[in-house]
Amino acid sequence: MKRVGKQTWVFDDGVYIQAAAAAVGPLEADGPLGSYFDVCHRDLYCGEATWELAERRLMREAVDCCLQKAGVSAEEVDLFLAGDLLNQNATSNYVARELPIPFLCLFGACSTSMQTLAAAAALVAGGLADRALAATSSHNATAERQFRYPTELGVQKPKTATFTVTGAGAALVGRAPGRWRVRAATIGKVVDAGLKNPLDMGAAMAPAAADTIEQHFRDLGASPGDYDLIVTGDLSRVGSVIVRELLAESGYDVTDVYNDCGLMIYRPDQKVFAGGSGCACSAVVTYGYLLQELARGTFRRLFVVATGALLSQTMVQQKQSIPAIAHGVVIEAAGREPDLPL
Amino acid sequence: MGLKSDYVREVKAFQPSPPYAANAVKAFLVGGTLCALAQWLADWYGGTFAAPPLEAHLWASMMMAGLAIVLTAVGKYDDFSQFAGAGATMLITGLANAIASAAIEHRSEGWTAGVAGQMLKAGGAAVIYGLIAAYVLGLVWP
Amino acid sequence: MEYVRAFFVGGLLCAIVQLVIDRGKWTPAGVAGSLVVLGVLLGFGGVYDRLAVWAGAGATMPLSGFGYWLAKGVMAEPRPEGFVETGAAVFRFAGALFSFIVAGSFAAALTCKPKG
Repeated sequence: MKRVGKQTWVFDDGVYIQAAAAAVGPLEADGPLGSYFDVCHRDLYCGEATWELAERRLMREAVDCCLQKAGVSAEEVDLFLAGDLLNQNATSNYVARELPIPFLCLFGACSTSMQTLAAAAALVAGGLADRALAATSSHNATAERQFRYPTELGVQKPKTATFTVTGAGAALVGRAPGRWRVRAATIGKVVDAGLKNPLDMGAAMAPAAADTIEQHFRDLGASPGDYDLIVTGDLSRVGSVIVRELLAESGYDVTDVYNDCGLMIYRPDQKVFAGGSGCACSAVVTYGYLLQELARGTFRRLFVVATGALLSQTMVQQKQSIPAIAHGVVIEAAGREPDLPL
Repeated sequence: MGLKSDYVREVKAFQPSPPYAANAVKAFLVGGTLCALAQWLADWYGGTFAAPPLEAHLWASMMMAGLAIVLTAVGKYDDFSQFAGAGATMLITGLANAIASAAIEHRSEGWTAGVAGQMLKAGGAAVIYGLIAAYVLGLVWP
Repeated sequence: MEYVRAFFVGGLLCAIVQLVIDRGKWTPAGVAGSLVVLGVLLGFGGVYDRLAVWAGAGATMPLSGFGYWLAKGVMAEPRPEGFVETGAAVFRFAGALFSFIVAGSFAAALTCKPKG
């Protein structure tokens, strides 16, 4: 493991994702990637009494399914890293309460999926853990009621609004060779472009995503063509256009290799405004769809850039702008890694 | 000139503006229809119980609010509002939806801190500023 | 004819408010509060009385109508005097609506979970 450039970690001596799992709610299961998810709930409550308990259940199911796929018991995992969108990261803390694993709680808003994965990979590469489990979750209703309004309140949302994904993703990172290799990670800076509208988070987060992607290219001397797919977390229809434009201004044309998880998870005819968002958006698309397609050979190298709007209800009400962050992780199909300057 | 030079200003070109005309037409049609429905209720009540117009209109508003509460409880009012916008939110029915949705949402936090404590979190502004204005003006109006 | 007037006045008010909201400067809650206060002001001025007679539910159904009920409580004869009577009079008509909505909302919370 070494640091390259200013913000990029390169894992050159073998850090692998050994298994990954995704659990989702009804709308996501009905979406175009529905068949890639391990657990699909038909009810938004997921059989629980409250929205918060439903989200906790989703994360627990993702964790259990991931460990089961890896054939590893919870006792054999050295570290659990998790985060979600609820105040005090409630979902992660309560899931960790049920697991016999030392726990680090992380918050990066919707960037938490790659934040936990990057941290897990670094700790494994540094020899501080043999196996580390990274998990994130979000739930449409828990996010609505915490960040916005009661779920049944009639508010006409604008086209720029995003729809929080209901789901959870988990990945087990370890030294033993697996099907996917974590090759590099770029840790982002907090970027505040000065926007204040919580119903247009794509535009608020796009500068952070562009900053991290550019930094990644600079640190590694790489270019968009070195990746089969560069995918952002939840910029949605509005932000994904902006990030391409920002990168084009810096001389990087990503058009051919770029996509956004928030656009991939739902069909265009599903009523989700500008697209999906939330911690689970990048988590379930990556741990469900993208990893399976890597294993299948569709892609050989991905750069997943999870984007987070570090939104606080109180700060927005006090007229403060919305800071944003993005963390990127390069994941490769193990054994078929393409040549790279990495 | 590019996005990076003045992001807050330049980004506006990428943000879709609301469909002003379509939204206004929908609000007009739905809001107008609900008002006409309330008028019919008021007429019916006034005719049946020989009630004065004031009482009949108050009763009609209460019935419309009741309808909004029922639609909120079955989870349909939010979809209706997304379509109708101000035609659904800026009527008495919208106030009923605001109060009922908060009450239903917070039942998971119990009957005191949850339902009672949070009931006015969405509809509070309308009730409270109206109350203050009416009380203060009532004290000073000649 | 009274239905046409109710439809037209109520609809027009909603359309104007929709344009105000879409301009994006005001939050929906702020617009709702302002509309009620506007109803109170026009209610005291006597304008809303005439509008309510002409447009019927087209005037009383919008949130400004709630403000009108608040003002009407104070303005209806016999006029209240002092802090005690005025404070009680505010609820003379609006109280009927408010009590009904609060009790109805409680009943809804008793029987239903949010559907999401």
